Amino acid sequence: MALTIKKVEDIALMARLNLKEEEKEDFAQQLSLILDYTNSLHNIDTDNVEPLIHILPIYNVFRDDVVSPSSPRDEILLNGPLLEDGQYKVPKIM
Amino acid sequence: MELYELGLRDLQDKLNREEVSIREIIESVLKRIHEVDDKVKAFITLDEENALKKAAGLSSKESRKGQIVGLPFALKDVFCTRGLRTTCASRMLENYVPIYDATAVSRLNAEQGILIGKLNMDEFAMGSSTELSAFFPTRNPWDLERVPGGSSGGCAAAVAAGEVPVALGSDTGGSIRQPASFCGVVGFKPSYGRVSRWGVIAYSSSMDQAGVIARKVEDCALIMNIIAGHDPLDATSANVEVSDYTSFLQPNIRGMKIAYPTECFQQGMDEAVKNLVLNALKKYEELGAIIEEVSLPHGEYALPAYYIIGPAEASANLACYDGVRFGLRDYEADNVLDMYCNSRSAGFGDEVKRRIMLGTHVLSSGYYKNYYLKAMKVRRLIKNDFDQVFKNFDLIVTPTTPTTAFKLGAELDDFLTLYGNDIFTVPVNMAGLPAISIPCGFSDGLPVGMQIIGQTFDEGRVLKAAYAFEQNTTYHNIKPSLGGEQR
Repeated sequence: MALTIKKVEDIALMARLNLKEEEKEDFAQQLSLILDYTNSLHNIDTDNVEPLIHILPIYNVFRDDVVSPSSPRDEILLNGPLLEDGQYKVPKIM
Repeated sequence: MELYELGLRDLQDKLNREEVSIREIIESVLKRIHEVDDKVKAFITLDEENALKKAAGLSSKESRKGQIVGLPFALKDVFCTRGLRTTCASRMLENYVPIYDATAVSRLNAEQGILIGKLNMDEFAMGSSTELSAFFPTRNPWDLERVPGGSSGGCAAAVAAGEVPVALGSDTGGSIRQPASFCGVVGFKPSYGRVSRWGVIAYSSSMDQAGVIARKVEDCALIMNIIAGHDPLDATSANVEVSDYTSFLQPNIRGMKIAYPTECFQQGMDEAVKNLVLNALKKYEELGAIIEEVSLPHGEYALPAYYIIGPAEASANLACYDGVRFGLRDYEADNVLDMYCNSRSAGFGDEVKRRIMLGTHVLSSGYYKNYYLKAMKVRRLIKNDFDQVFKNFDLIVTPTTPTTAFKLGAELDDFLTLYGNDIFTVPVNMAGLPAISIPCGFSDGLPVGMQIIGQTFDEGRVLKAAYAFEQNTTYHNIKPSLGGEQR
């Protein structure tokens, strides 16, 4: 089943990626190829198989409800590409 | 022998006998890097100044109180290092300087190991050749026209070329074992959850595991003693007792039961690789192990399932690169959606985009059940195959890869062929098992690796079998020529 350019555009939007026209064509072809490759999985009957979500029998892992120090705010902000008054700055959202 | 050629334990002996100083060891390693890294291109960042400073700080005996005092190590550039740039070989993180150390790194630091630098890899650990680094490809020390494997290709190449005795890598589908095999060194991936993933930049969280690349099995055991164990900062790290792994370094494996799966010695295999691994099995038989053929019937489905699960998890993990808190940012966009899209498109390479797109698709409404859920069910069947074999056997042996190292550029445009390199290593990650790749011979002057797989948390027996083989063979003593004359 080949993916359409429209489908690729929808996926790219969900994935927050901008694709150039030629990239859309490449991805339509390449993703279709990989999806075809995974089709062999449908040769196996898995009706009564429990999915293996996680390899270890760990479910909820809680820590004690104790306050511990966080990383210093100034240090965390050092990696921020655009800052103003000690806060991250982004373009308008609405 | 030069100091840079020695393993950790040999260096330790020399230090204990006061034959060398820590400064001499570090200088020897740095000199070697300056001599050969122009050819090998293993390092993204060299931390020379700090390494020498640390060596100077350990000059007095009173200051030494760790398990690897003064011994050099390097890290795949996927491990966060406080104050030292950590790129994941991506434009996205080209200028990222973490404010904390990965747990595995802080443990090595606490034992007074000396970090030499950060090593090249496929971008975000997605790839099998290290050609997908956003910066430059690394070359295989055995043949500079060939790839070192990947994604931990910088680690394997650096260790093989004598630039460092040991490096930490990460392995999601073979990323430690495959490059170790291609470069003729030892690559050890512990059980899922054995080593903390805190500070290891995530690709596929249900399969990622940190591990060791070294020239000797004993050095893997030594490093495992330090980095293994529960970490409250990683909710998936296993709270399971850790053995003294060096206690497994004994060559006696009499009575050990080793299985080899029929499926791993069939189609698509390079004949020379296959025969070398079969010879290795004969060696094990000579050493008193019991060898039997078994079947892992669902193995062929591991790769297709991996290329659903890995990308699905990657698409979620890589959503954090939004240009706001860290990483590459597009400053031109006048609204936030364009800012996200432009930043991510400029920061990620093609393979990373491909996997994010694929993962987004297989998780999206209407497709989840047919792809992601199906793959998770198949994953159960793959795990069941292993469980079945381990009812009667201690270990499973396979080739690490179907071929030896391929030429640079050979598989660059053919990603499905590239994915096929991991056919024997991926099932191990799907089942969370410990496995090692060790050298078992040469084909046309290129190293061949054998993979030894153990039961969950039975790292000890894997190391024991690897050590026994190493002690009874000499492949690990042969050094690459780096394009010059064979030594």
